[in-house]
Order: sequence, then structure tokens, then C-alpha cells
Amino acid sequence: MNETLSSVPIRKEWDIVGARQTGRNWAKDLGFGSVDQARIATAISELARNIYLYAKVGEINFERLDSVPSIGLKITARDQGPGIKEVSKVMKDGYSTSGGLGAGLPGVKRLMDEFDIESTDAGTVVTVIKWTRI
Amino acid sequence: MRIPILKLHDYLLVSIQVELDDQSAMEFQEDLLKKIHNSGATGVVIDLTSVEVIDSFIAKVLGDVVSMADLMGAKVVFTGVQPAVSMTLIELGIYLKEVPTALDLEQGLIKLRQELEEK
Repeated sequence: MNETLSSVPIRKEWDIVGARQTGRNWAKDLGFGSVDQARIATAISELARNIYLYAKVGEINFERLDSVPSIGLKITARDQGPGIKEVSKVMKDGYSTSGGLGAGLPGVKRLMDEFDIESTDAGTVVTVIKWTRI
Repeated sequence: MRIPILKLHDYLLVSIQVELDDQSAMEFQEDLLKKIHNSGATGVVIDLTSVEVIDSFIAKVLGDVVSMADLMGAKVVFTGVQPAVSMTLIELGIYLKEVPTALDLEQGLIKLRQELEEK
């Protein structure tokens, strides 16, 4: 069973902070420990920054997944930007087009339990899930 | 919001107690370098006890400030990195190997004194 919790638009730089605070609060509500809260907040920060840097606008959507015995927090980062031409490249550690540290998406994948990316020239959707530990 | 930078003898002390966004992190970088220049401080302790999230951008800004201060002749030590922040950064793939750290403010000041005496 999925339940939509909330959605945060990403339009300006401060929205990155807003999105990760919202995500951390949901994580806390769903019963994640402090380390997982930090992992989730950091992953959201990376996803939201990607939107802000490469697509300018987009949104981060939060869903609760009820499964037995765990509860999941599903985070969907969606934009209508130019898309990622070579997804396999951006999934390699150290790859960066922005001159950043290149932690980006491979780092996000390590922080979360499930990771999925779909990118076309009409936009990019990154979906990640973290499950509570039993 | 500006992050306060306190002067203590030859040192500058900073405790980051706000949620860092990209803009405030960049402003802090600039403020700190100006303060080093104006005060002639030789060492800086930046305490991160209250910081709950460090993502790749903030990590880069903080890592850069160490190199920038070093160019000016001042040593920077980070203290109080939370266990969750430390775990998250390593999993993210950010190692910050060149960045001097200490467990808390007290250890940070000791480390700073040692590093400055070695010069």
C-alpha cells in the first residue's frame, strides 16, 4: 500500500534545504534511526541539487510504503529538464559535469536501499527507497 | 543568516548551528577568509557538533576553506563531526582526507597548537 505524504517543489536554492528538512521529518515520523535520517536527508539534498543545477525546476515527492515487516520511505525526484544523455556514465563514481566532487548519483544509490533512474530528453525521474530496519 | 566568527587570542572559533544552504556556506567561506585576513589569526577551529547534514556541495565548500586558509597561512581544524554525518559522507564517497579534524573543541585547540608549533 502506498500513501502520498507530501510534495516539495524545487525552484530556488533554498528549496534544497526545505526538501531535505521535509524528508528528514518524514523519516523521523516513520521510525527511521538518526543515521538513516542523515542518509535520507543527504540523498534528498543531492537529488534536489541536481534538479536545481541541471533542470532549474522540478519536485521531490514523498510516499510511505507499507510492507511487512518494514515501512519504506519512497522519494521521487522529477524534473522536465534536458535529461541525462549517458546514464551509465553519471552512475560511475567521480563523474561530474559541474566541477563538484562527483559524489552525485552513485553516492545516493549507496545511501539508499533501492535506486532507479529514468531519463529522456523530456526529463528525468529518480526514485529511491529506504526501508526501516527490523 | 551570517555565522558568527569569534576571536580568541590568535585563533578564530566558529560553531555552525544553522542549517547550511549553499548560499550561506559560500558566504561563510568568504567571511572566514576576510576575518583571517583582518585579524591575523593563525588558526581556526570550526565546530560541527550541531550540523546534521553535510552533502557533497557543503563538503566541498568546507574542504576548500581549509585549502584557502592554508594559502593565507592559517590552519583550520574541524571538530565535533557527528557519527551519522561521518557515516553518510563516507558512503556518499567523500573522504576529505586533507582536512584536519578533532573529536571536540578542546582536542581541536590542542591539535591546532601542535600543527602551528611544527611549522
